[in-house]
Parts: sequence; C-alpha cells; structure tokens
Amino acid sequence: MDGMNQDVKAERKALIEEVLSAYPEKTAKKRARHLNVYDEGKPDCGVKSNIKSAPGVMTIRGCAYAGSKGVVFGPLKDMVHISHGPVGCGQYSWSQRRNYYTGTTGVDTFVTMQITSDFQERDIVFGGDKKLEKVIDEIHVMFPLNKGVSIQSECPVGLIGDDIEAVAKKKGKEHGKMVVPVRCEGFRGVSQSLGHHIANDAVRDWMLGKGKAKAKEFETTPYDVVVIGDYNIGGDAWASRILLEDMGLRVIGLWSGDATLAEIERGNKGKLNLIHCYRSMNYICRHMEEQYNIPWMEYNFFGPTQIARSLRAIAEKFDDKIKAGAERVIAKYEPMAQAVLAKYKPRLEGKKAMLYVGGLRPRHVADAYGDLGIDIIGTGYEFAHSDDYQRTADNIKDATLVYDDVTGYELEKFIDKLRPDLVGSGIKEKYSTQKMGVPFRQLHSWDYSGPYHGYDGFAVFARDMDMAINSPVWALNKAPWKAA
Amino acid sequence: MALRQIAFYGKGGIGKSTTSQNTLAALVELGQKILIVGCDPKADSTRLILNTKLQDTVLALAAEKGSVEDLELDDVMKIGYKGIKCTEAGGPEPGVGCAGRGVITAINFLEENGAYEDVDYVSYDVLGDVVCGGFAMPIRENKAQEIYIVMSGEMMALYAANNIAKGILKYAHSGGVRLGGLICNERQTDRELELAEALAKRLGCKMIHFVPRENIVQHAELRRMTVIQYAPDCAQANEYRQLAQKIHDNCGKGVIPTPISMEELEEMLLEFGIMKSDEQALAELEAKTKKGAA
Repeated sequence: MDGMNQDVKAERKALIEEVLSAYPEKTAKKRARHLNVYDEGKPDCGVKSNIKSAPGVMTIRGCAYAGSKGVVFGPLKDMVHISHGPVGCGQYSWSQRRNYYTGTTGVDTFVTMQITSDFQERDIVFGGDKKLEKVIDEIHVMFPLNKGVSIQSECPVGLIGDDIEAVAKKKGKEHGKMVVPVRCEGFRGVSQSLGHHIANDAVRDWMLGKGKAKAKEFETTPYDVVVIGDYNIGGDAWASRILLEDMGLRVIGLWSGDATLAEIERGNKGKLNLIHCYRSMNYICRHMEEQYNIPWMEYNFFGPTQIARSLRAIAEKFDDKIKAGAERVIAKYEPMAQAVLAKYKPRLEGKKAMLYVGGLRPRHVADAYGDLGIDIIGTGYEFAHSDDYQRTADNIKDATLVYDDVTGYELEKFIDKLRPDLVGSGIKEKYSTQKMGVPFRQLHSWDYSGPYHGYDGFAVFARDMDMAINSPVWALNKAPWKAA
Repeated sequence: MALRQIAFYGKGGIGKSTTSQNTLAALVELGQKILIVGCDPKADSTRLILNTKLQDTVLALAAEKGSVEDLELDDVMKIGYKGIKCTEAGGPEPGVGCAGRGVITAINFLEENGAYEDVDYVSYDVLGDVVCGGFAMPIRENKAQEIYIVMSGEMMALYAANNIAKGILKYAHSGGVRLGGLICNERQTDRELELAEALAKRLGCKMIHFVPRENIVQHAELRRMTVIQYAPDCAQANEYRQLAQKIHDNCGKGVIPTPISMEELEEMLLEFGIMKSDEQALAELEAKTKKGAA
C-alpha cells in the first residue's frame, strides 16, 4: 500500500510540475507554494493560503462584498440589505444563494429581494449619504414590517469616503430600528474572506446584545445553543436543527440561515455556540467566548459517520439527559442511514472525486463521500486560511492533491489528467468540466437540490452523487464516427 | 492656428487664479479667443473675468437636473470680459464625495459638447494640490500641452513646483504634456528672483516672468476685476501683458522637466540661505544662549 502511495505521490507531484511549467518563472514560483501532495501525518496540507491571487490568472474567488452581503448578512431574513453603490453588485447578487427561509417575501421577509442605492455619477461626485438616507426612508415606508436595515458598501463608497456610520446612527434613531453599516468594499482584502470578518465585526459592534434584546428579558434554559455558520442552503439548517432539538437542546439562534434579527441580537444568551462554517464565523464565536464566556465547538453534519461523531461530541458538553438524547437520535436514524448506504454504496464504491469549494466544504464533505465509498483524490479552497488547512489534514488521505486558490487553468488541467469520476465545485466550473466528459455537482448551491446536512440531507446527497456519476449520458459522449 | 491648451498649476493660495485671469485678459488684447475651464471645486477661476462668481457650475447643474447628460453647453458656459468663455467644473462641499471625479466628468462634458470649438486657447485652472487622479486630468490624456507653474520664493511653493514637475514628467512620454515654465509671483522673500531662476534651471525650463507684487491687484480683485479691466494703463497691467506675450510666444517650446530630489531641493534652499543647516541652526542657538548668559 505504502509503495503504491509513493508512486501515486510521485505522479501527482510530477503533474504539479507539468501544470506549473506553463507559467512564466515568477508566476510558477508564486503558484508552486499553493499546490502540494498531502503527506499523511503532516500537521497541515503544506500549502500557502490567504494570499493575493496572481495577476492575470482566472481566480475563482469573490470579493469582500460577496463575503458580507452574499454570505453572512444576505440570509438574515427580516432585515432589508441595501447594496450601497452602483447597480452592478446588487444586480449580480440578486436572489441570494438558495438560503431557504419561511415568511412572506416582500412583507415580513426580504432575502430574495434586491435593494440598491444605484449610484449615479452625481452620487460619486457629491457623495452618496443623502441618497442612502432616502433609500432607508423609502424602505421604512414600503416595507413597514422590516426589522432593520443593513448597508452593504460597494467599492465606490469606500473610495469617496462616505460616512455611512453617521447615516446609520441617524436613521436608526429616527425610525427606531436597527440600521447596520458594513464596510465590505470589494477592494478590501484578497478574497471574500475579509468580507466575512468585516460582517462578523459589524454583528459584534452593532447588533449582538443590542437593539430590542437589550430591553427585553430573555428566558434561558440550560440547553440553549446557537447554531452559527449554517446558511440553510437548500434547507440545510432545518435538517440540522431537528437533530439538535430531537436530542433535547433548544436552538435559540440560527446564524444566519432563516435567521431573524432577534436571533442575532440575543446570540450571546446561549450556553454553547455550535459552529458549522468555521471560516466565515469563527470571529464572532471567539468574541463571545472572550466577552461572555460562551464556549464554542465545531461540528460536521455531512454523512452518518461525522453526524454521529458530532452529535456525541456536542452531547459531551451537556448532562446525561442530552447524552442519552444523542444516542437516541443516532439510533433512530441508523436504519435510514443504512438503507441509503445499502442502496447507493454498491453503485459508488471505489469512485474518485475532486473538490474545489469555498472555506469549509473541501474538508467537511470528505467523510460523507467516504461513507459512500468515494475517494477524494484532490481538494482545495478558494479562501481558506492556514488554520483551515491544518484542520483539513484530519479529513483527507495520504497523497491527496491539494490546491489553494486554484486558477481556472490549473483546475482544468488537474481534472483532465486525473480524470476523476466526479468533480464538486461551483457554477463557473460546472460546464467546462462536463464538457470534458466528467460528471459534476455544484457544491456551493447543491446544484438546485439539497439539503445535504443531517441524516435527511445525506439521503439527498447520496442520490444526487449517484445521479451525476452513474448517469447513462456519460456512456454516450464518444463520437460515433470515431473508431473505438 | 491650432488650438492651444494650457494649464496653471501651483501651491494653494499662490495666486494661480488671479495670475491666470489677468494673463488671459491680456491675451484677449492679442486677438485670441479663449475658453477658461475652472477645475477647482471653489469655482473661483472665472470670477474676475465674469465680474461675479459663477453659480451655474457644470456639476451643480448636473446634480440639479439629474446627470450631466441632461445639460446643454449654454447652461454652463458664460461669456465674460471681451468675449472670454467661462466654465467652472464646480464640485461637492469640502469633506464629501469625490471632487476629482467631478473634474473628470466636467471636462469630458465640455469636450463632448463642443466647448472647445472656435477658440484659440483653452486654459485650465487647477486646485493647488494635485491630490488624486482627477486633478491630474488636464495633464493626462492629451489635454493641456503646456503647464505653467505659478510659484514664489517661499519654500513650500518651491516644493509644490518641483512636485508638479514630477507629475508632468510622469505623463510627458505618454500624453505629450510639457512644462511651459515658471511664473514667479513676488512674495518679497530673500533673493526671490535668483531662487526662481535657479529652480527653473534645475527643472530645465524657463522662468517665464517675474510678476512684481503690487497692491492694485488687490484693489481690482475686491471689485471682481482683473487689473487689465480695472486699471488698463497701470504698470501692473503691462506686467501681465508682457507675461501674456511671453506665453503666446512660447508656443511649442515647452520642455520635459527634470525634477530634482528632496535632498537636492533642500540643498538649493540652504545655498540661498532660506533654510539653515543643522550645524548653522545649532551654532546660532549656541550664540543666543551665550548672549543670554552674558
């Protein structure tokens, strides 16, 4: 086995060299530090991360605005989020990221709606604060049931130095509602990652423990938890929440999938913070730990192995009642998980997959694939930091190809040479991969499917992967006029 | 004659607007048709020509009507002293928005709408400190061909002149802008003329004219007039006429400047006794203390 792995490693290292050889010397040197073949036992993946993308390459990353508006704030359902600046950023982030929510859109919830201040030349030259005030006033009149407003800054707002904080304070007071300014101008930082951080800071400075939560007494129980960093893509958070509630916990906040402003404001009332997407929301967890002594832990609800492990680890933090609850939940879903595995594992066993996602899933979904017998042979993140690559070492196997902030060219080349049975990545990668004759699933949006979290989600996940990999279409992609 | 585009730059408060308007008023006497493009949000580049402060700046009107696309050239172009065409970019009040973007918007509007047709000269009067790309607009993109730097013998004015020369150098090879020369506005500092000539030599350009300090300029300015209009026969008016003639004759004689380093500039100031070296300053301090002790 070891000998075989050595061969595979040598092959993959040679592949990295081959891919790099297309670059000019300077770029090759830069990119070489982001590519590696994982050696089991090492404490991290051996790649540099969170560094500015090389000019001229097709990076798959987003910007700070995408991190704040698109990820952290967007799913917060009873607030109106203003894309503050020229119309493009708002237009292209319309409808959000399949963050499911309950409510009546346009009446008491607003996630899929899009509000922009639509900057004109005049607003650049004379400043946009007056227009922003007007937008907030209009929102107040048009959507009286909104609980508050967030201001998501686009690039020009930072360039011309508008004082959105002053507007936020003034209008917040005037309307008696939460108005949160977020300085997530797209030019800040190297990827969407800084946008998450800025959004976390805005939550800390303007929302947490403030607003209506301050005035109202909130009755707590010893079993209160806040779920952080689950954005309810395709209903993920709901499939997770039922497990926690089944085992006897009370979920007093879901950040920020299907979340209300009240859940954010009282986020410091829990006994334990459970963080799903570590990359996008660890900052606020650390803050609550320092400020309110609330412990936090990471969990993983992808695939039965990790779900059971996480449920038990969470229960460890509570009393026997909860521990028994966790066992009960695991036992309850065991037959269902077994049925899913019995149906799909024989069809998927031994298949190979490559992943390239954002800041969590490249490691978090690995074991769910493992449950189905699918091997992850390559993985990488758009915007992970070094602590993410350390964590990744626990989830991946020896000789896995690791690529940080992969370029369009590199990914295409890796896929073409490794010919995996499945690639899991985003919409920008989907069609180029499928045209290479390789099955593909979107792992940002769950490809219009989901949920994938929890036991319910695992059934959907297994079905979708089978559907992609074993589709009869892949047997038909040889041109009939070409000799076999 | 081909259209000549010139621009006046210099440290804030040095007298760019006064000098440029007086010079342009004198240029009219030479039979030249002139357009002034004021590029300062304060909008005071045409006050002496119009005998009033222009209210209808490009940006103020654009903001009122919605956007620059809603403007007509006639809305923003006023005719002043002896037919000089006057426009002001205008801009936001201090501390908000982006005045630099405003200058770009305004200049593009004027150009696209034919303001530059049927004139011999376009003159840009630009905010003292070239703080961002917008205020460098007249230097860039083949706008002004010759830059005239208004300066004096004061240290900060010399610094500013050298910095502007650096800006010109930066765009000289891409856009073809040249340094027309220095115009020294007398401040009655030590050895002012010599110093101005020395700096001109270092920058590789001409000292175009030394404008003596004269109170009549103030009197005229208080009446919102150029000296040419207020007291056409006085000596100061003739100074501006000389300056205008020199600029007129300087056509195509601009140079690519050779700005000097900060150290070189400071050395030059030491040489002229404007700045003291550390040794000098210490020696003086010592002498003073001794004197006090005695």
